[in-house]
Amino acid sequence: MPKFESVDHLNEYRRQLRARRDPSQPQVLVCAGPGCLPLGSEEVAAAFRAQLEERGLGAQVALKASGCHGLCARGVRVLLRPQEIAYQKVTPDDVPEIVETTLVGGGVVERLLHEEPETHEICRHKGDIPFYRSQQAIVLRKLDVIDPESLDDYLALGGYRSLRKIFFEMTPDEVIEAVERSGLRGRGGGGFPTGRKWRICRDTGDPVKFVICNGDEGDPGAFMDRAVMEGDPHAVIEGMIIGAYAVGARRGYIYVRHEYPLAVKRLQLAIQQAREAGFLGRNILRSGFDFDIQISQGSGAFVCGEETALIASIEGHIGEPMPRPPYPAVSGLFGQPTIINNVETWANVPEIINMGPEWFAAIGTEGSKGTKIFSLVGAVHHSGLVEVPMGTTLRQIVFDIGGGIPGGKAFKAVQTGGPSGGCIPAEFLDLPVDYDSLQQVGSIMGSGGLIVMDETSCMVDVARYFIGFLYEESCGKCTPCREGLKQLKKIYEDITHGRGEEKHLTLMEDLCAVMASASICGLGQSAVNPVLSTLKYFRHEYEAHIRDKKCPALVCRPLLKYTIDPETCTGCLACVRECPVGAISGVKKEAQEIDQELCIKCGLCFEVCQFDAVRRE
Amino acid sequence: MDAARLEAILSRYEGEPYDLIPVLQEIQDNYGYLPKDEVKEVARRLNVPLTQIYSVATFYKMFTLVPKGRHQIKVCLGTTCHLKGGLRLVDSLSSRLGVEVGYTSKDGQFSLETVGCLGSCAQAPVMMVDDRYFARVTVDKVPKILKLYQS
Repeated sequence: MPKFESVDHLNEYRRQLRARRDPSQPQVLVCAGPGCLPLGSEEVAAAFRAQLEERGLGAQVALKASGCHGLCARGVRVLLRPQEIAYQKVTPDDVPEIVETTLVGGGVVERLLHEEPETHEICRHKGDIPFYRSQQAIVLRKLDVIDPESLDDYLALGGYRSLRKIFFEMTPDEVIEAVERSGLRGRGGGGFPTGRKWRICRDTGDPVKFVICNGDEGDPGAFMDRAVMEGDPHAVIEGMIIGAYAVGARRGYIYVRHEYPLAVKRLQLAIQQAREAGFLGRNILRSGFDFDIQISQGSGAFVCGEETALIASIEGHIGEPMPRPPYPAVSGLFGQPTIINNVETWANVPEIINMGPEWFAAIGTEGSKGTKIFSLVGAVHHSGLVEVPMGTTLRQIVFDIGGGIPGGKAFKAVQTGGPSGGCIPAEFLDLPVDYDSLQQVGSIMGSGGLIVMDETSCMVDVARYFIGFLYEESCGKCTPCREGLKQLKKIYEDITHGRGEEKHLTLMEDLCAVMASASICGLGQSAVNPVLSTLKYFRHEYEAHIRDKKCPALVCRPLLKYTIDPETCTGCLACVRECPVGAISGVKKEAQEIDQELCIKCGLCFEVCQFDAVRRE
Repeated sequence: MDAARLEAILSRYEGEPYDLIPVLQEIQDNYGYLPKDEVKEVARRLNVPLTQIYSVATFYKMFTLVPKGRHQIKVCLGTTCHLKGGLRLVDSLSSRLGVEVGYTSKDGQFSLETVGCLGSCAQAPVMMVDDRYFARVTVDKVPKILKLYQS
């Protein structure tokens, strides 16, 4: 890779690169995204490498480990281009057949194709699969076609071409104006207009400013930022260069959680490649603009996703938020004006410059422009990453894209926005999803976690889970959050242990009112959403726990009773071996019995029984 | 204290107070915990009070002041894993290894931890042993997974 001295040099390199690439060359793209890695995608890629070598096809076929292909539920996914054949659930054992049938023979391995759960429609090409058909990919569009470790792959698809436009055709003010006109709002949770934030920062006139990419994706159930950092790291860097030029910053930080080691590795490599190619460093492409980026790793604290806590963490302190104002755009890192945007926001910026703000503003709703990535998980057939225009309804996301609820179970709720979000019931399935509509029903967009729950989920337990999570993660600085969460946690323990009282419900509402208005940062202010939304839409479940001492969904452990049906039990002793407290006794090949005094209701016996002999009520 | 080992880490930094967290991260990765003597030396070299290091080391979850086991087990308790029975995995591991969450087994082989979210939600419940992910883990798979690491 040369060091690009000018835009002409870059354009010439790109032209030659494209001329060298044969669009009809067979490509095998093995998904190495967050969903497929744990399913063994590295082994699948290794099997392809070995097979291609063995058959002497190593030079003719381009084998790549790509970023996330989206449909994680059917991993390991393999995409064969240029035909766009999408294989699913591929194991190393399937590889010889794929090579023989598709790469050599030009046919299709039918058994590895996608089958729709309800209609049993077989989909040969990626574009035929309903999951992909209803999406519109801007940020995710390159993830399944490039090797994230190859700068050439990024350049061949037009990477870094926005730099010509901003450096040589636009003033920093015009860049900010373009981002303002696009209507882009922060994808990390708050939804603050990105262009306005940049203008506030630029208008300070301070000569020393910083830009930060917030990659501290801590919301349980959200993995879109991980997928983008791992799958298209140069898009984040390109976005940050544009932002830095617009506000006049010389230095940037990418703050990534240490739980995402692959994202750290990919970003480090991408930064190094960008430096060597001259996209970072001094006098970038002879524009006279200097900018460089370094990585700062999180150390495991959810609150560091909050911007002032993140800044404290980069400065070497514990992640305690500061009251705002002043906002970081005025006084941020080391007291200097600082722009913080999240990964998905930065990754949108290059396309806004390339395609123009009007193109972007034409997508989405009145108040929320562009697309949003959701991590669609939980009780849904097609869990994975989806990118849809703002304003797509929950029904379209859960049923058309997600394929609906498995096992013939009934939809109960969808939880959005992570621990700061709420649970939305079935009556709002036709709600067009954007920042404002979600807020109106008591939830938030957050970073885009979208967890589908069916009748087997207990909404009291879900709220208890989030309160427990936030209690652990509260930094403890301000009283409403620290003490409020402690009290809420205690009340949830009482309710789920059968000690709940009617007055608890009003007490919880009172506590929430104080926390929402008096906590310093978003963690405490929005911690009330899981509580209030479940109290509002699923009050009957709370009442069942309090009045009848029952958990209707059979989730809350202390309210359950496990017994063994002597008719069905075969006496295999699997439950006896698993029981952690020795509460199950009996003779081999005879029916077992659970000692109710000893039983801790962990449900391990229920899970290991192969004969459905353990009853839960 | 192995001075050369610590020096190799400190030499990559400017020695400013804001280097504290990356330096501690490297020590944690390198030693598996934050040894007392090394931490004292870091305080001296970065000109940071020992109390601030203690505050940082106990605030962030990745740091520990006691050595961890040979293999680190992390069970994901993100929302999806919670809904799909992640807690039962914790119970099963805890009972099989005889170790509570946050502690190390007596033989020093395994440390058991729970984490907020590993970001592989589509494969819930998920657990990790060292750097390897295990997808869609049911309780009956636990003994097989442990066997891979029990020497």
